[in-house]
Amino acid sequence: MMRVLAFAAAVVLVLLPALADNYVLRVATTMLMYSALALGWNFIGGFAGYPSFATAAFFGLGAYASGVLQTMGVPMPAAWALGGAIVALFAAALGRAILHLRGHYFAIASLVVAEVLREITNSATDLTGGGMGLNLPVLSLDVTNQARLFYYAMFIAAAVALATTAFVAHNRLGFGLRCIQQNEDAAIMLGINTLRYKVVAFVLSAVFPGVCGGIYASWVNYIDPTDVYDVLLSVKPIVMVLLGGVGTVMGGVYGAILFLLMEELVWRNLLQFHAGLLGIIVVCLVLFLPNGLRGAGWAKPWWRRRTEEAAP
Amino acid sequence: MLYVQVLVNGLVLGGLYSCIAVGFSLVWGVLNVINILHGSLIILGSYAAFFAYQYLHINPFLFVPVAALLLFCLGYAIQLVFINRVMGSAVLITLTLTFGLNLLLYNLMILAFKADFRKVTLSPPLGSLNLAGVIVPVDRVISMGFALALVGLLYALLRGSRIGRAIVAVRMDREAAQLMGVNVSRIYAITFGLGAAMAGAAGSLFSVMFPISPETANALLGKAFVICVLGGLGSVPGVMVGGLTLGIIESYSALFFGPEFSVTISFTLLILLLMFRPTGIMGRRGYQ
Amino acid sequence: MTAMLRLANVSRRFGGLIAVNNVSFELRAGEIVGLIGPNGAGKTTLVNLITGVHRAGAGAIWYGDERIDRLPPDRIARLGIARTFQVVQPFPLMTVLENVTGGALFAGGVPTIGAAKEKAMEHLTFTGLSHLAERPASSLTLANRKRLELAKSLATNPRLLLLDEVNAGLNAAEIDAALDLIRSIAARGITILLIEHVMKVVLTATSRVLVLHHGELIADDTPGNVTRDPRVIEAYLGPKFAARYGALAP
Repeated sequence: MMRVLAFAAAVVLVLLPALADNYVLRVATTMLMYSALALGWNFIGGFAGYPSFATAAFFGLGAYASGVLQTMGVPMPAAWALGGAIVALFAAALGRAILHLRGHYFAIASLVVAEVLREITNSATDLTGGGMGLNLPVLSLDVTNQARLFYYAMFIAAAVALATTAFVAHNRLGFGLRCIQQNEDAAIMLGINTLRYKVVAFVLSAVFPGVCGGIYASWVNYIDPTDVYDVLLSVKPIVMVLLGGVGTVMGGVYGAILFLLMEELVWRNLLQFHAGLLGIIVVCLVLFLPNGLRGAGWAKPWWRRRTEEAAP
Repeated sequence: MLYVQVLVNGLVLGGLYSCIAVGFSLVWGVLNVINILHGSLIILGSYAAFFAYQYLHINPFLFVPVAALLLFCLGYAIQLVFINRVMGSAVLITLTLTFGLNLLLYNLMILAFKADFRKVTLSPPLGSLNLAGVIVPVDRVISMGFALALVGLLYALLRGSRIGRAIVAVRMDREAAQLMGVNVSRIYAITFGLGAAMAGAAGSLFSVMFPISPETANALLGKAFVICVLGGLGSVPGVMVGGLTLGIIESYSALFFGPEFSVTISFTLLILLLMFRPTGIMGRRGYQ
Repeated sequence: MTAMLRLANVSRRFGGLIAVNNVSFELRAGEIVGLIGPNGAGKTTLVNLITGVHRAGAGAIWYGDERIDRLPPDRIARLGIARTFQVVQPFPLMTVLENVTGGALFAGGVPTIGAAKEKAMEHLTFTGLSHLAERPASSLTLANRKRLELAKSLATNPRLLLLDEVNAGLNAAEIDAALDLIRSIAARGITILLIEHVMKVVLTATSRVLVLHHGELIADDTPGNVTRDPRVIEAYLGPKFAARYGALAP
């Protein structure tokens, strides 16, 4: 049954540009981007259990790397790929530097990276345009075809992210990451090279946001540091995965769809208080739906160890 | 001479920074919760002081205890209603919760106060002192004095009072403290309230020295992080060391690189510290 | 023939405390050797040093021909040294089968998850846990958790097994069962170092006993000789008792 639904959904997604108008296409493109971001975060935050807040850093770096390359004349798809590669290398180096940290220290370090990158981007005015932003070369395509192009680009990104997630979940890497998440010291004693596994998960959590950043930059034609390094880009994917189920294969996708629906239906009209409402959603989610929508209410939250009780 | 001036500037700033960070450090050290709300709480205190001065003509320095009390109540409520439910959970959960709460508070403040900057301009202005060639604005000196006094007060509270000892006990061993009859969730609420109170007091002092806007909240939070990691988590003297150190570093880096890089430099320092010496200058020590 | 494990003048301090002080001994293939000593003697630290969790401040540790004291713990695990933890360290929300599969899949060298699960099932049967295979590890009784710990270590295909107080918290019947298990493991050709407080286990199961006291190795002899060694008695019971006992001993 699920297979049939999934197949139908895939077919609809592939044919969507022929069926829908530009507005729906735009929303769908955003949904696919959110899925990719959420699926990306799931590698490090869900499978490995390391609370990374670095998604914004990777997204922003990917956007700027790809954007700058394009202003230098590199063709768009190559720029996206190269941008992704640059982000992956950055993540590998960063991972080696901070993945020995645990818990809060790791979270802070990952959070702060985006800030530092933002400031550096701001100051490197010659290269990036600094605070005035970066204008990307405009495509010589009409509006509808542009919409379709970016839709398919995000679709591929999301599809690859999903396929990778499914693959990792069922192979050694995923198993090892799960062991690390459950009990890292025991995992080491079983012969798992935990640093290497964590770095791989971290790079996976970076490359998808990185590529999405590049696509996003081309899509909107103009980026600035505050926009693409926004801390909300780190928080939203986490919320999506919390909604959809942490450490699962489809969790990121379900969460992204739900989140986007809420965003479009509820907040579009509340421009002023957009982020504040997100805050309310986050609080309610954490307090009332600890298992996301799948285990609403009854089961003990996935993040409560068996003997760990809340404060009395 | 310039270097002495810069050093003095840094020390004066550092005193205020210690006050800014001590509430954050207390909550992190005792509750193991990173309070993302901290910066916003400071700014809330600043706004309270600003409006008290504008409409009630209460001097911000005199308003410090009032700000502390107001924020204590708010902090106590926040902990009791929200954060107490997730105590002991994974870092991701507590961090996301305080993130969400902060989004709410921050945007409420923007809605209420708008993003423009306000400044408390004391009248009559307090002027500056000239100490052997070093210029120090009087308001800053008074702020520093208050800040250090507040930090000292908290230190004395933790060491001397029953509540303080209970807080330390809970930090060291929650279950043992419970067995001793300590009501742990109340202690948690009091601790968070204390942290918020210190934030409110710091905000009051801050309003005298700097222009305030909700947007400053994130920068203040960032500074609190850096100070805690610099000074080592879990001790009040550590926060002093961290605060003074950051003040001096910022002062000198403003001299050499210009003030616009102060945030970048603090954060780069933070990352380097986290990479190589997460226990900071003083190393870990429990709240004594 | 080279010893399976050789420690040469190994020391380790933590701040001011010397946890392990100039310890040297050998383990030969196929032996079951006991390691005893009063609380705080440094037994677990010694195991941590062998498995690479801590780095020795001085001295060297040899595993066969290979020097291992500078290697990371996961590498040492892959070389065939396994250990159990005094406070059991399962993967709590994973099933018993998955727990043991982890051992087989990584240090145990089995290439695929499917094959590792099969191997894991064998180990579960061997340790008597096969009926609990699908239960989450956190739902097990203490005795079974200890068995699970054992099964996980066995799944890593060790040649040397360091058992850190496997019998702590077990009742007499459970201890007997554990003893049988230990003997069957040794029968497979695995060398065992048994850290124990339960004297019955040490005296009956081992061929040789090492005694640690304040980080120093004060005896390395057969169980019989060790229990009559005045220094051992003094270490456990204090000098007054030792003097009294010494006067009464045959």
